[in-house]
Amino acid sequence: MKFTDVFLQTATKTLVFIIMTFSIYILFAGHHNPGGGFIGGLITASALVLLYIAFDLQSVRDIIPFNFNKLAAAGVIISVLTGTASLLFNVPFLSQTFTYVYLPLLGKTELASAVIFDLGVYMTVLGTTMTIITSISEDEK
Amino acid sequence: MSILIALILLPFLFAAVVPPLYKYVRCIHTGWFVLAVPVVLFVYFLSCIPVIQGGEQLAAEIPWIPSRGIYFSVYLDGLGLLFALLISGIGALVVLYSIYYLSKSKEAIGQFYVYLLIFMGAMLGVVLSDHLMVLYGFWELTSISSFLLIAFWHKRERSRYGAKKSLMITVLGGMALLCGFIMLYIMTGTFSIREIIADLPSVNGHALFLPALLLVLLGAFTKSAQFPFHIWLPDAMEAPTPVSAYLHSATMVKAGIYLVARLSPVFAGQAEWFWLVSAFGMVTLLYGSLNAVKQTDLKALLAFSTISQLGLIMGLLGLGSAAAYYGIGGESLLYTTATTAAIFHLINHATFKGSLFMVAGIIDHETGTRDIRKLGGLAALMPVTFSIAAIGTLSMAGLPPFNGFLSKEMFFTAVLKTVHMDLFSLQTWGSLFPVIAWIASVFTFIYSMLLLFKTFMGKFQKDQWDRKPHEAPIGMLISPVVLASLVLVFGLFPNLLAYSLIEPAMASIMPELLAPGEKFVVSIQFWHGWTTELMMTFGVVAAGIGLAVSHKRWKGVYGRLPQVFSLNYLYDRGLGWLGLGSNRLTSGYMTGSIRSYLAYIFTFFILLLGYVLLRTPGIQFSINSTAPIAYYEIALVIALVLSTAAVPFARSRLTAIILTGTVGYLVTMFFIIFRAPDLALTQMIVETVSVSLFLLCFYHMPKLKKELSKLRFRLSNALIAAGVGLMVTLIALGAGGSGKFASIADFFVEESYKLAGGKNIVNVILVDFRGFDTLLEIMVLGIASLGIFTMIKLRLEGRDIGARVLYNKGELSLGAVNRDTASQEVTEAHEAYEAAVRAKEASMKGGQTGGQKQ
Repeated sequence: MKFTDVFLQTATKTLVFIIMTFSIYILFAGHHNPGGGFIGGLITASALVLLYIAFDLQSVRDIIPFNFNKLAAAGVIISVLTGTASLLFNVPFLSQTFTYVYLPLLGKTELASAVIFDLGVYMTVLGTTMTIITSISEDEK
Repeated sequence: MSILIALILLPFLFAAVVPPLYKYVRCIHTGWFVLAVPVVLFVYFLSCIPVIQGGEQLAAEIPWIPSRGIYFSVYLDGLGLLFALLISGIGALVVLYSIYYLSKSKEAIGQFYVYLLIFMGAMLGVVLSDHLMVLYGFWELTSISSFLLIAFWHKRERSRYGAKKSLMITVLGGMALLCGFIMLYIMTGTFSIREIIADLPSVNGHALFLPALLLVLLGAFTKSAQFPFHIWLPDAMEAPTPVSAYLHSATMVKAGIYLVARLSPVFAGQAEWFWLVSAFGMVTLLYGSLNAVKQTDLKALLAFSTISQLGLIMGLLGLGSAAAYYGIGGESLLYTTATTAAIFHLINHATFKGSLFMVAGIIDHETGTRDIRKLGGLAALMPVTFSIAAIGTLSMAGLPPFNGFLSKEMFFTAVLKTVHMDLFSLQTWGSLFPVIAWIASVFTFIYSMLLLFKTFMGKFQKDQWDRKPHEAPIGMLISPVVLASLVLVFGLFPNLLAYSLIEPAMASIMPELLAPGEKFVVSIQFWHGWTTELMMTFGVVAAGIGLAVSHKRWKGVYGRLPQVFSLNYLYDRGLGWLGLGSNRLTSGYMTGSIRSYLAYIFTFFILLLGYVLLRTPGIQFSINSTAPIAYYEIALVIALVLSTAAVPFARSRLTAIILTGTVGYLVTMFFIIFRAPDLALTQMIVETVSVSLFLLCFYHMPKLKKELSKLRFRLSNALIAAGVGLMVTLIALGAGGSGKFASIADFFVEESYKLAGGKNIVNVILVDFRGFDTLLEIMVLGIASLGIFTMIKLRLEGRDIGARVLYNKGELSLGAVNRDTASQEVTEAHEAYEAAVRAKEASMKGGQTGGQKQ
């Protein structure tokens, strides 16, 4: 018979969305304001950890069928690829660039290649943290 | 490539051909093929005699490492020719002898001839090289091939011991030689021996002259088995007899003699050289002859005899070096007798000692023993061997009409002349030389007679032998017969040698004594009148016969010498102590405890950095450039210091973890105060994660020995910790107070938005300006997570691991039970573990399928 913490689960259902939103904000705000891929990844991980605490491992795995190992690998690959892409334009490895576009709703918007790099950082940090936490918690003595 | 170089390389090339010959031509003894090599060499070198006699030199050179000034350059002069003839001539005889000595079917003769050919080539290289580095290379090659030959019967413990000993001692000398050669190079700027000799003024009086002299002599003495370093030679007698005859009587042990003779033009005329070479030679002569008398093994006796005779030659070279002091002139020629005697005796010794070793081999081969206490009465059974042995021993003892007599007379002449020398503060010391020489000659006479009479005369002890001794086969006798007849020929017609070999050799040992166009004139008289030398020989014979006859009475004296003073004892114990000492040293500081290693590292850190801080000029510990301190900063620092200082005093680990977390959050506060929002965010989250991980570790601590007490106090730890803290503080203050360069931060502040389009400078630096670091750091993270994943998930099954799992659980105790039951329990535990794993896997599969169904 599993003990169910209704308060925790109900609060979690709301909080996870807020934390997730905040983490994504942090990720994209990093270029101009405090934040960035590293902190963003850690905050997303904390949202997932909250889910794990409120529910059990198996249910969370059912709703988020992610292999976090692969996520970390994908993050590293994205970061390397953004660096390699600059070679195609005949500039040194990992040269970043940015440009401004005018989007219908948002107006003048900055698009920076550094954000893609940061995304790789984000995915790596998230994947790493989750791998560590889930593998430790799954380990049965 | 000239023919000279080709001939030096010939033995090496042929050594490569020997193994296939040995493998595919089984019906013919491989030695017959090998025999061609020294014969060809010998014939070539014989044909060179007229050229060399005319004062010419043959030289050849091919570049080896030209950028480093290393050339494979060789030259053939009188000295080189003499040695080359010895090496190839006796080499041919030894190969012939070994064909009959070593069995084709029972011995690994393929290996034997490979080693022997390498040795022959290396020895030729040593005596013909002009380049010091090439000479050194060949020198070490002789040590290595000799090592392989001594341990030819490597299944015997004594062989391995002898080989190791000889290698260690000769390589010690070889290393010294290398240093000496390098010093010669530093002094003159050339590696060529001829150029060094031509450039003597830059050598004399140089600060490195004496060290180079000592190191070169150390090399020569170890190789030539001079007094304290002679101990390897008797043990090298475990080698097959052809090897003993070749290496340890005729060639390798003379490499040191060669070196002293070769470098005489550089060093001779100096008091140090004169004293060291002649004193070591004389001591070796006396010591070797005294020790030879007490040996009971034929080869051991011959080994000590070799040591003694090498001492004689070395001593003569030392005495002869005095001639260089006087320079060109009639007076110097007076003292060249010693050098003549040295060269003459060198040849004589090679002939009679080679034949005597072969005789010892024949006796060993025919009777099965070399112990002279068991031998006796062989003269009638082995007449030819007996004749050879008689010629050899009588020549060794210095009796007419053999060549040993002539060289001994010349030896006496040389030492008698030394008495009249008045240089190098000789004074009364000079009169010691004839006395030592005479005593050593008496003992030489005694052991020669003992060797001859105990082996061949007396009663035939039939029951001692398991086989019936008889005369050796003809093939085995050829080589010693040739050598013995040479003993006779050189004894009767010594001037054959004098014109052809000795004069050119002297010219290369003492070139500075010759005016251009002049040459030495050596004439050895067989009869030189009623001189003091002849009287001394009569004395030697009289005293020798008396002592040899009464040998049994005073033999016991040798036993009285305590074992502790023997050099072998010192060597063996020295090696033992060395091993024990280094073992103790290592186990003393390599404790296996991480705590000690950390103590070493931190102590080194304190001492090195403290020393550098003290010695570096201009370091200022100023605090002038610091910012004003706000009150909340003070409050935070106090909190930080308190919580940090509390960690070592925490009674439980939980408290320590919480305190560590506190420190981390306080650091976050500092980041906020010092306006680093990104750092503060990251620090806060990372601190949270690490504290949780600490708690995880704490929760899973084994229950066996849980300690809730506080840290034990250790003064040394406290001192080291305080020292490290002080040192880091001083370095930080010194670095902050000293002159600084302008920071590059301005660039980032100005260009962050313009170049990278970002207002968060920290993030722009992380992903844009220095994105490469970030790339590698996220790889570090990824690797860490993979590592943790692997450590937790990968549970390799195995006997060992299964047992350890149960052992950790406390179900298995290895200490209490005996080994058999323990191993049994381990097996059982392992089986139980495997069963458990299988059950677990099954349940996991079931769980998974169940989960899918849901």
